[in-house]
Parts: sequence; C-alpha cells; structure tokens
Amino acid sequence: MNNDIAIQVVNLTKYYGEVLAVDHISLTVRRGEFFGFLGPNGAGKTTTVRMLTGVIRADEGTASILEYKAGSLRAKQVTGVVPEMANAYGDLSGWGNLMLMAELYGIPASVARERGIGLMQDIGLYLRKDSLVRTYSKGMKQRLILCLALVSDPEVLFLDEPTSGLDVQSARLIKDMLQGLNAKGKTIFLTTHDMEEANQLCDRVAIINEGELVAVDAPEKLRMAVSGMHSVEVSFDNVVSPEVLAAIPGVNAVKKLGDKWRLYTANPGEMAASLINYSSSNGLKIVSLNTLVPSLEDAFVALTEKEERDV
Amino acid sequence: MSDIATVLQQARRSLAIARKDVRIYYAKGPVIIFGVLFPVFLFLSFTIGRHLSVDFMIPGLLGMILFFTATSVSPIVIPWEAQARTLERLMSCPVKIETIIVGDILASFIFGLAISLVPILIGLFLGITVLSPLIFTLAVILAALCFASLGTVFSIPPTNMPSTVNMIAAVVKFPVVFISGIFVPLDELPAWGQAVAYISPLTYFTDIARYSIQGRGHLPAALDLLVLLGFTILFLVVAMKLHQRTMPRRI
Repeated sequence: MNNDIAIQVVNLTKYYGEVLAVDHISLTVRRGEFFGFLGPNGAGKTTTVRMLTGVIRADEGTASILEYKAGSLRAKQVTGVVPEMANAYGDLSGWGNLMLMAELYGIPASVARERGIGLMQDIGLYLRKDSLVRTYSKGMKQRLILCLALVSDPEVLFLDEPTSGLDVQSARLIKDMLQGLNAKGKTIFLTTHDMEEANQLCDRVAIINEGELVAVDAPEKLRMAVSGMHSVEVSFDNVVSPEVLAAIPGVNAVKKLGDKWRLYTANPGEMAASLINYSSSNGLKIVSLNTLVPSLEDAFVALTEKEERDV
Repeated sequence: MSDIATVLQQARRSLAIARKDVRIYYAKGPVIIFGVLFPVFLFLSFTIGRHLSVDFMIPGLLGMILFFTATSVSPIVIPWEAQARTLERLMSCPVKIETIIVGDILASFIFGLAISLVPILIGLFLGITVLSPLIFTLAVILAALCFASLGTVFSIPPTNMPSTVNMIAAVVKFPVVFISGIFVPLDELPAWGQAVAYISPLTYFTDIARYSIQGRGHLPAALDLLVLLGFTILFLVVAMKLHQRTMPRRI
C-alpha cells in the first residue's frame, strides 16, 4: 500500500442493462493532487463519480479512497461530495442543512458550529445563513452545497460539475475556494466539461469517452501531444478565398473565424513566413498574425473524435 | 472501529435523519390536520347511527388513526428525496442505507405516536378507562413501529413519483382497514372473515386495544403482542434488505 495515493481505481466497470456505461477504467490520483475528469455528456463521468462516492455499486473492478474500499463507511467519512445537480433541503435554512450534514458525519456540535461559521463567511452566505434554502438563488445554493461537502473537513473532495450554469461571481468564488483547499493539501477530483476551468485548476486530467479512458496526463502535455493541431491565425486587409489559403504548402485545414482565418499546420513558424511571402506577393497587408498552440479543448476534441472514428 | 461502536454511531445518524424528516415532512399544519381528520371522518362514516359503545369505538378509532398516520408520509419520503435531488448527497454521507431507512421509520413512528394521543385523549374525556395500561402502552408503541415499518415497505419499488407510491399504499391500506375487525368485531365475523383478518397486523392491534380497554379480546393478549412483534420484524427486515437493492436505482 502506498500512502501517497488518494484514489486508486482498477478496472472499474458499470453496465446499465446491456449498455456499458463505464468500461474497465483504471487510474490513480495522488494525495494533494487536483485531478480533472473530462468527457462529453454521457461519457460516464457521473457514473464513475457515483461509484467512487459509494452511491451506486460497480459491476466489476475495485476502487479505494485513502486505502479504504470506495463506498465503505470509512471511505465516505474521509470524502466530501458535491454531486451533479444536487440540492440542499429547501425547507431547512442554510445553517440547518450544514448542521444536519455535520451530524451525519459525526462532527461534534461545537466543532461544527465553529467550522460552519468560517465556511459560510468564506463563501459569502453568512448573512443569509438562517434563511430557508428555497429562497436562495442558484449560485447561493451551489455555494452552500460546497459548504456542506466541506463541513467534515474531508481529505478527498469529489465535485461533479460544481460550476455548471452559475453566474461568473459564484463560479469564481468556488474555483478560488477549490484552489485554496488544494493548496492546503486536499485532494480534489473535479468533473467538468469546461476546458478552461480544467486547464486553470488541474494538475492532471483524465479524458473519458463512451465509458473508456482515452488519456490521462497534465493539461499542458495533452495539448502538446495533439500533433497537427498547431495553428496560425491571420487577418488581411482585403478579401481572400479559402481555397487560395488552403493551397499554401503546409496548411492542413482552413477555418474562418469572424474576420480572421485559422490555418492548421504542423509547423507554425514556417507557416507564418509563408503567409508573409504570400501577402507581399499578392499585394495584401497583414492586419494581425498569431501563432497558436492547441488548446486543451483542441486536444479534447481530437481525442474524443478519434475514439468515435474507431467505433 | 468495533461493531458496537459502528451500530451506536449509525443509530445517532438515524436520529439526525429522523429529526430532519420530522422538520421537513411532518411538522406541517396540513399534514397534521389531515392525519387526524381523515381517519376520524372515515371512522365516523362507518360507525354513526350504529349505537356502538364508546369502549368498542375508541380502540377501533385509535387503530385506524395509528395505522393511517404511521403509514401516511413514510412511503413518500424516499421518492420525494430522489425527485428533489437530495437523496444522492444523503447516500454519499457515511451512513448505511439501513441507517436512512431506520431514520425514516423513526420519524414516522414518532408522528404516529403523537397523533394517536388525540383519540386516546378523546376516549379518556368520554370516560373510558384503560384496564391494562402497561399492555396498552406497549401495544401502541409496538403497533406504531410496525405500521411505520410497513410504510417504508410501500416505497421499495424504485419509482421517484410520490403519487405512484401513494397509489400502491392506498391499494393495501384501505382493504386492511376493512378486514381488521375495526367496524365489525372479530367474534361476529364468519370463519372465512376471521381467516382474512388474521393476515392483517392491524387486527392484532385492534384486538389488544379492545382487551386493554374492554377487558376481553378475541385472542390472548400475549399472542397479539407476539404477532405484532413478528410483523414488525418482518417489515423492518424486508424494508432494509430491499431498499438496499432499489435505492441506488433511484439515482
């Protein structure tokens, strides 16, 4: 057993009837790691999180949280969970919800009160702590749900799309809080479809598609691994036809983005030089020219599309 | 952690769940008023004009109220929580599924006991005397637990529509009331009627309540208690085992 491992997943599998929702996935998350779990809708992200948090049972394979079997009382005791689209009890106050959660984790009342006040202040709900949750806005509810997951001071935190559909301020507040928690050594397992969020926050990301893991790596490495996805973005002072641009040697694909053109290539440096030659020999002026490395989104699309083609 | 410590820990968490249920689902004006009025009116509609003695009527009324209130909300708590999307977080807490079920049963038990005070007080006001207070108290407590457990049995099918569960519950609850010797004493039923009555747990409570108040029952009091205990254990075990299978399917 290795003490550095927070989450260990081996061959985890879930069927829904005939449908293979999660297909023998294996991964390891280190203690203190900020781990992103990405995938298109219906890829098996939520099903995986539910198996890891003990809400549903796996059909095959094993998973452990800090060496405890996933789903066991001990594993749940060290875990905080923000489930997808979960609600707090609308007929209890925010504070009532928080104290209920503390009781369910066996946190002594005095500790729970002190921690609850701190959490509610940090997340900007303290002044509304005694209002019924059904009077809260969506952003406030989601911030409360994060508090509920934190009241037991868990070592490992699972969050399933915690910022999806939230206003900018609430999303920002939640992300800042997660970074703060990670800096204090908490392990965070974040499910998201927001590539920018994953790119900003995560040490490593796993990409799941149709129940299978297609990649696990640092966001930066994943981006770099997508060959042929480098691009040059250029805009001219006059109209140019895409066919002409596509004919420039080294261009793999051409895409129009507003008044700009994005040319995909394996070698952006040479491409920039070719574009300058092209514009001067055709009497065009370049208004702007940028070389772009692939984004995590590009990597994601490339990886998940490749999977689809293989099917 | 030892087994006993785990049991105690989970029992405390069951209490927290029961308190939550009482605050959210039971301590509401309409639930309480409906809980009292509905069985009272149903009872009156079958007894008015029949010149029955208060001694005969009060145990029947008590049985009906206890049966209807203890099974009124408990069947819909879990489907409700699944629909309101609060169940998944509850299930991700360090509580067993049995702990959740026991919590729901406890809340329903407390509600049933509290509401059953109404017919008991009415009876005392009308001048009935409880001849065997100890047996009577034991019977009320046991029956409340039995019916509360039965309530959670109704919610075993993994549907998240409270109305569907209510329908399942109603299909069982109404016939039970008519076969349990509430409106017609067991002695006056034909043999086949008695045979049917014996499959209803409410029969045994009505019988022992009559024994405690009128001084005579159809069956020996110890047998009534024993059968009620048997039903309680059966419903508890069935609810715990089967919810364990169906609860994850609600998510």
